[in-house]
Amino acid sequence: MMTDNTKKLENNSKLLSWIDERFPYSETMKEHITEYYASKNFNIWYVFGVLAMVVLVIQLLTGIFLTMNYKPSSEEAFSSVEYIMRDVEWGWLIRYMHSTGASFFFIVVYLHMFRAMLYGSYKKPRELIWIIGMLIFLVLMAEAFAGYLLPWGQMSYWGAQVIISIFGAIPFFGEALVEIIRGDYSISDITLNRFFALHVIALPLALIALIFVHIVALHEVGSNNPDGIEIKDYKNDQGIPIDGVAFHPYHTSKDLVAIIAFLMVFSLVVFFAPDMGGYFLEYANFEKANPSATPEHIAPVWYFTPYYAILRAVPDKLGGAIAMGLAVLLPLFLPWLDRSKVKSIRYRGWIYKFALTTFVISFISLGVLGVLPADGIYVSMARFFSILYFAFFLLMPYFSMIDKTKPVPDRVT
Amino acid sequence: MSETIDQNKRHFLGMATAATGLVGVGFATVPFLSSLKPSARARALGAPVEVPLGSLEPGEMIRVVWRGKLVYVLRRTSDMLKRLSDVTDLLRDPDSLEADIQPDYTVNEHRSLNPEYLVVEGSCTHLGCAPLPQFEVTPSSDWFGGFFCPCHGSKFDLSGRVYKGVPAPTNLKVPPYSFSQTNVITIGIDPSDA
Repeated sequence: MMTDNTKKLENNSKLLSWIDERFPYSETMKEHITEYYASKNFNIWYVFGVLAMVVLVIQLLTGIFLTMNYKPSSEEAFSSVEYIMRDVEWGWLIRYMHSTGASFFFIVVYLHMFRAMLYGSYKKPRELIWIIGMLIFLVLMAEAFAGYLLPWGQMSYWGAQVIISIFGAIPFFGEALVEIIRGDYSISDITLNRFFALHVIALPLALIALIFVHIVALHEVGSNNPDGIEIKDYKNDQGIPIDGVAFHPYHTSKDLVAIIAFLMVFSLVVFFAPDMGGYFLEYANFEKANPSATPEHIAPVWYFTPYYAILRAVPDKLGGAIAMGLAVLLPLFLPWLDRSKVKSIRYRGWIYKFALTTFVISFISLGVLGVLPADGIYVSMARFFSILYFAFFLLMPYFSMIDKTKPVPDRVT
Repeated sequence: MSETIDQNKRHFLGMATAATGLVGVGFATVPFLSSLKPSARARALGAPVEVPLGSLEPGEMIRVVWRGKLVYVLRRTSDMLKRLSDVTDLLRDPDSLEADIQPDYTVNEHRSLNPEYLVVEGSCTHLGCAPLPQFEVTPSSDWFGGFFCPCHGSKFDLSGRVYKGVPAPTNLKVPPYSFSQTNVITIGIDPSDA
């Protein structure tokens, strides 16, 4: 027995060194997994990056299997989705996992981004990680939008009509751009076909490449923590941060708990409320696309509604498009808008806490208003919260500077 | 052969190579970008559409599809035509002065060749939803009949002219069309080419 095991180990290490002479396997594993040190005081806000990776894997896997039965043509798309739902063995499960995964992708990404705002993770030296992250967010929005056209339902069609028309507001070349996006004079079979190409190849490739770069950049500077201090400032005699613990096995075992809890919630939705009362799958989309009748009420899926509410709040076509574009892009500049000396909310004063709370309330309110029809009091409310949303970013250089901060500890608490 | 490295020459050769490469990339981009434009088939499907008007009653509207776009053909009653001048003050561009929204031959109050027949694209100039025909007059809410967009609340009169204070920036578009016979219109062909 004993000799068998020893022999096995010996063979393993022989194989390992054979590989390591040809590919930096052990080195890579050490640098990114077993000897990547992240702060020991991570809290629940630090699980959403890993969860986003889990959802990505779910989306890629279920997406590949959906592609095997889906037909990207305006004649067949709608019925091929019905075919997946009714005739393909377990097809309903694969599709519901994919549609639920889309919503959960945005839930975890929004929380992941909010974590960065809580603890100042976008501040120096992590500006580039934040910028790459914002690019990931933009690609993710494009990916979700392209995917939403594919079932070729009423909401797919008219939602795409409205969103593509926004580009038509650009002066001079807007109309030509719209024609190039659609590839036709209206949304048609051609548009569906190219959105399929973007959704299954171009955008996922970009997404994976950006996520790779996001993680390489993170591992270069090291993870932030709830205290917003650099653990690399205090190293032991082996050069290991005293307040850091290895990603594997310590953070991975904690992440595993989060993954299990996440999958429980995810399964509850997939099995018991896949349409989530019309918010994850909109009822108008259970009807095939009809280019000659707009549904009575058009609302994008919930994760776009805050931006959609801002678009509608401006009573001008170009103005609305600009406001919406700004709303999406402004967070990109957070590293430079935030002038505070400290990173973490734990050591900031009441002004930043108040501003961040206002921002969260306005973002959620805009999300709710984006679902509701745009009339009467709702329009005034959307205008009010849009102003608060922009004020948070545009006034930040001022209020983050005058805000009284508390002394920051040297070591994590 | 000289032993020293001529940095200037290296720099020049490097830049020249990059520039040549860029030109190549530029040329290679053309076919890919062009492939995104409407194809020959899509353009061919944009052929003119004939619409017979014989069975259209006054006050009735039909929907036709031209180039994949929805087009409304409305036969207006004399009462409807009278209402056009009542709303002038409420409109953003009552005289259809904005260019490229309609062909020159429809720049008039009724925005059509024959006052009786209105031909407009059924696509809201805001974000492309199909406006709903609501021809009944409701004086209580200042509504003189016209088209209402359910998506973002834009309003148009019975000539497809946009109201003030709504998100749609311009009047509804009028496609090129002509009367090929007294009772048949052809959408997609100007009267001068008919």
